[in-house]
Amino acid sequence: MLDIKNLQVGLEEEDKQILKGVDLKIGEGEVHAIMGPNGSGKSTMSYVLAGKSGYKVTGGSATLYGDDLLDMAPEERAAAGLFLAFQYPVEIPGVGNMTFLRTAVNAQRKARGEPELTAGEFLKEVRTKAKSLKIDADMLKRPVNVGFSGGEKKRNEILQMAMLAPKMCILDETDSGLDVDAMKLVAEGVNALRDGKRSFLVITHYQRLLDHIKPDVVHIMADGKIIKSGGPELALEVENNGYADILAEVA
Amino acid sequence: MAVNNPKFDASEALLGAYSVPDGAKWALDARSLAAANLRRMGAPVKRDEYWKYTNPVGLTQVPAPKAALFEAGETPMFDAIDRLKLVFVDGVFDADQSDDLALSGLEIETLSDALSKDIHWAKDLFGVLETNGQTPVDRPLAALNTAVAQEGFVIKATGKVAKPVAIRYLHASDSSDAMVHHVIKVDAGASLTLLENGPGAARFNSVMEVDVLDGAEFHHIRTQGRDHQRRTATHMFGRLGAQSIFRSFTMTVNGILTRNESVLEFTGDDAKATVGGASAGDGRDFHHDDTVFVTHDSLNCESRQVFKKVLRNGATGVFQGKILVKADAQKTDGYQISQGLLLDDNSNFLAKPELEIYADDVICSHGSTVGAIDEDAIFYLLSRGVPKAQAEDMMILAFLGEAIDEIEDDALSANIHERLAEWMERRRG
Ligand SMILES: Nc1ncnc2c1ncn2[C@@H]1O[C@H](COP(=O)(O)OP(=O)(O)O)[C@@H](O)[C@H]1O
Ligand SMILES: [Mg+2]
Repeated sequence: MLDIKNLQVGLEEEDKQILKGVDLKIGEGEVHAIMGPNGSGKSTMSYVLAGKSGYKVTGGSATLYGDDLLDMAPEERAAAGLFLAFQYPVEIPGVGNMTFLRTAVNAQRKARGEPELTAGEFLKEVRTKAKSLKIDADMLKRPVNVGFSGGEKKRNEILQMAMLAPKMCILDETDSGLDVDAMKLVAEGVNALRDGKRSFLVITHYQRLLDHIKPDVVHIMADGKIIKSGGPELALEVENNGYADILAEVA
Repeated sequence: MAVNNPKFDASEALLGAYSVPDGAKWALDARSLAAANLRRMGAPVKRDEYWKYTNPVGLTQVPAPKAALFEAGETPMFDAIDRLKLVFVDGVFDADQSDDLALSGLEIETLSDALSKDIHWAKDLFGVLETNGQTPVDRPLAALNTAVAQEGFVIKATGKVAKPVAIRYLHASDSSDAMVHHVIKVDAGASLTLLENGPGAARFNSVMEVDVLDGAEFHHIRTQGRDHQRRTATHMFGRLGAQSIFRSFTMTVNGILTRNESVLEFTGDDAKATVGGASAGDGRDFHHDDTVFVTHDSLNCESRQVFKKVLRNGATGVFQGKILVKADAQKTDGYQISQGLLLDDNSNFLAKPELEIYADDVICSHGSTVGAIDEDAIFYLLSRGVPKAQAEDMMILAFLGEAIDEIEDDALSANIHERLAEWMERRRG
């Protein structure tokens, strides 16, 4: 499904290399986790996959189902099934959350040649999904993420993911700043979307999220590279010993 | 005064270009006073302080510059609303296209009818609010209008008028040069909603004098839409009595030259006024100017000015707004915000916010911002699958929406939001 080969990325505006050859292959239905010290390039990788400007790909490739992701506009990547839950969801004053969701859902359907959802169909679906994430009517009415608490923003990301039903979901520190209950809600939201075909890339600092979303593979990223990959036990090792041992081991 | 001063040459040329309509003595007196005022002030020219950002030449030239007709190809604005419909074609009232003037709670007659009567309440307003509004700033185009405008309505609301009065100004000739002048009185405790839409003419000069008496409400919503080549100068003179409410909102898209002036004066305590505008311009030949002057001369009144402009491809937007608080206007709450959203480096937003305060116990604030579209927000929308042009439009609508939300009536506000969204969508093609 997602195939990243030797991906090298720098900044557009300054001469700074951030990703220094990332290799990552995620198969259908798999859950991968990426852990790693701050500043190692995890968010950069997810932004580059989603198509954010300001970065310069200097080498390597990234494909989704064989299609060159890096060649597509961000909205095409979304329509092709890629979704990024932002580490810092963006506030958009003046745009209602509901309008935003409906516009996004229908834009993707249109791009894929599917019929758009009617207002009624959309409303029914959004209500059910919002309810399971404990998102109330007020949050749906308010402008996108404006005045939302940290936890509300993250749950709102998961609601978008549920509504858009992507094939490849990247979650960038969706658990950071959440209390245990909120984290459980988010994990349940993610697990509800696991259907054996949909794949996930979960970026996190904490083993705790991985207790709820069981990864097939855990990767450690440091200084723009994946330096070690393993099973769920790797996350436990990080939890117990931090990154120092692993960094020393590969140095 | 110097010979060959272009200001005075131009005012003479203007006064010579139009004939003064016949009428009762008081009306003719008001007209000659306005003409004398215009002669004294001279026509506006670019080097006038008040016209620094907007070249008035297209508004003062004789004859008026032409404007190609524009076929909008859409349901006319406010058509879905239950209203009293009045239609002007190139500034001439068209009774056939209009509703019967009878509407409960409303006295309405044409300007020429009212001004031909020897005794009429309009005597105390016609040219009077306009003349008041000439101090401390000259508004020569309004004086011209009072001096020679043939058409318009004289309206008195005596109760809470349920239906809005909706005036549509059609543009039918590429060389039309129209002036309309309305006189409106909202009696104590009465309320009136006035809707206006349409380009009016190739060149359109409109004056509205509105007297809102104690405890009365006046709501005004106007759209100036999509006719590219038109030139427009409007003046709204409002006088607010105690505990009255005055709200005016204008949405503008397109137009070579638009200057909307609002001049409000609080004369009674505890009154509230809001003037707002949303405009969107595309191209070097778009120029839009909102000029507002609010005078507080009574206790505990609240005024708001909220203006937003979206500009692209070399378009220019201007805002000149002033709050004047006189010495005894204590407890005034004055607010003013003007914001420009520039979609490229070629466009310009010029703002001149002013506060002049002589009372000590007041809250007044003003702000002006100019900025580009928030790229992070755009990327967020793109990453959810919304195409670029649509994402930009969502941001534009959100930005202008904050001004549109100043409209109190939810249905009318929704109406404006929808129309703007349609206009945006049409642009995307
Ligand atoms: N737009 C940017 N401008 C400047 N530096 C950046 C930018 N994006 C990322 N970086 C830098 O790249 C490195 C990786 O950052 P990031 O991808 O956010 O790491 P992580 O998500 O793993 O904490 C950091 O040193 C960060 O400062
Ligand atoms: Mg990060």
